[in-house]
Amino acid sequence: MADAAQNHQAGEYPDLPPPKTEVGVWGWMYHNLFSSPLNNFLTFFGIFLVWIIFPPVIDWLFINADFVGETRADCSREGACWVYIGVWFKQLMYGRYPDEELWRINSMYIIGALGLIWLIWPNLKYKVGVGVFMLFIFPFACYFMFSGGTFGLDRIETPLWGGLFLTLVIAVVGIVASLPIGIVLALGRQSKNMPVIKAICVGFIELWRGVPLITVLFMASVMFPLFMPEGMNFDKLIRALVGVMLFSAAYMAEVVRGGLQAIPKGQYEAADSLGLSYWKSMALIVLPQALKIVIPGIVNTFIGLFKDTTLVLIIGLFDFLGMAQAVATNPDWLGFAVEGYVFVAFGFWIFCFGMSRYSQYLEDKLHTGHKR
Amino acid sequence: MADQNVETRDTPLAAEGMTIGEEEVIKIVDMHKWYGQFHVLKNINLTVNKGERIVICGPSGSGKSTLIRCINRLEEHQRGQIVVNGNELTGDLKHIELIRREVGMVFQHFNLFPHLTVMENLALAPIWVKKMPRRDAEEAAMTYLKRVKIPEQAKKYPGQLSGGQQQRVAIARSLCMNPKIMLFDEPTSALDPEMIKEVLDVMVELAKTGMTMLCVTHEMGFAKTVANRVIFMDEGEIIEENEPEEFFNNPQHDRTKLFLSQILAH
Repeated sequence: MADAAQNHQAGEYPDLPPPKTEVGVWGWMYHNLFSSPLNNFLTFFGIFLVWIIFPPVIDWLFINADFVGETRADCSREGACWVYIGVWFKQLMYGRYPDEELWRINSMYIIGALGLIWLIWPNLKYKVGVGVFMLFIFPFACYFMFSGGTFGLDRIETPLWGGLFLTLVIAVVGIVASLPIGIVLALGRQSKNMPVIKAICVGFIELWRGVPLITVLFMASVMFPLFMPEGMNFDKLIRALVGVMLFSAAYMAEVVRGGLQAIPKGQYEAADSLGLSYWKSMALIVLPQALKIVIPGIVNTFIGLFKDTTLVLIIGLFDFLGMAQAVATNPDWLGFAVEGYVFVAFGFWIFCFGMSRYSQYLEDKLHTGHKR
Repeated sequence: MADQNVETRDTPLAAEGMTIGEEEVIKIVDMHKWYGQFHVLKNINLTVNKGERIVICGPSGSGKSTLIRCINRLEEHQRGQIVVNGNELTGDLKHIELIRREVGMVFQHFNLFPHLTVMENLALAPIWVKKMPRRDAEEAAMTYLKRVKIPEQAKKYPGQLSGGQQQRVAIARSLCMNPKIMLFDEPTSALDPEMIKEVLDVMVELAKTGMTMLCVTHEMGFAKTVANRVIFMDEGEIIEENEPEEFFNNPQHDRTKLFLSQILAH
């Protein structure tokens, strides 16, 4: 190889393959696992940790666990008793929603999942149509299906709603509503020549961000009815929903504002100089870029919101976690709370991890070869 | 380098059939502007006729960029009058948007929209501001891309282009709105030396079509061959205004002489 240098004219030196230590499995291991004494130590320490943690956990979760049976007697108590989850599965999923009406929830689950997959799947047609359906028609369809009282469906009061179903209702409503409200609040706060709008937005954001969610929920369930005229009463779930929605919108507003500040002044000026109106330049130029930058922050807020829904337990709504807690106190099944909590934790993790992966995928997909 | 390239053109542009009309397209009267306490523009008076190519030069901080940014209201003036195409610039938003459709602007840092392809950058304003059907807008965009000699880049994103290509796209983007006036705010200052020529060439071609152009630039070669008037500004005032030949060979004001000696020294 050394003589290659002499055999080539200046400017015509060929590209040579890299040395063996730079590529392949050995190259990777050398650079990443064994590059220094400290790194050697960390590698072996990591292997040690895996070795002491994983076998007992896997034993408990799977190998010594009981999967079949119907009563407490079927549990050997050497590992996890998943029979417990099986027995209470319906409660954990749907709360006290009547058995014969569960098809209403399940059918909307299926429609919702199909719509979501349609929107997420790359290169499908009619995405706009499906999006409009999912945003403007589907929520109302859900409302009529879930609560009933019209179209010949039995009315099912919201106190019967519960479990993962209730968690999803609160989380999805909060997520879908908080983004647009947050965007409007952020734009209002950025506004330079409308001080009144700006003051309202700043006041709103700082008020909601300054109080704990529990306070908001308490206010919604206890204080709010006191201010209402006699006989006028909103459903407790709706009050909680509005509270969660406004609370997360305030957080969302600040995330979006971060993105707006990252957009160079030149982009606003270019949009202005082409004659685009304020709303068009926001919708076409500024927000697409700003929202893309803050995808990690937005998803962070979504995930936080999803898990914060468990706080509705405090006002007597039994969400996924609340239901796990409730069934753990059943006299026939005392002592199986751990299984319940592990199951609930896994359920939450699936949803949160899904959101996280999707946000990563979106970031890659929307990357257009510019880094600022 | 770029100077030479432009200077070596044999025929001055006036000889190529470019005529300056009688019609006043920009009229600025006694215009003042302040940034807080700072008096940036002082008593600006300027009239531009249709088809004129005006180069504005001056030391940095002299207010030349601010002046042309006032013409499409990216900056607000506090006193005096600016009339563009017979419309006076006031706080009225609808009016401002109307004027901005007629006035194209090219920025030092291109300001292309990085999340859109070149084609989408060009077609966006015609579609959303002029309500042109998408197909027509894209067709028109393609002709302008051909005019700036990069039709093959239509599907790329701005981040994938060189600086010179980006600036040519930016010029084409402004042209897509079919403006009557083009403003250039130091269009070549952010470019590598070997890319300056390709942008200046496009601007020269544009001048030949009879476009009214106001250009803030330090490219004196461009000023000599393309401009029919050169304006020198310092500390917010128009110090001197003349035809390029007279301006460069026989500057009147001391500050002009100093400025010219500094930028032509090497």
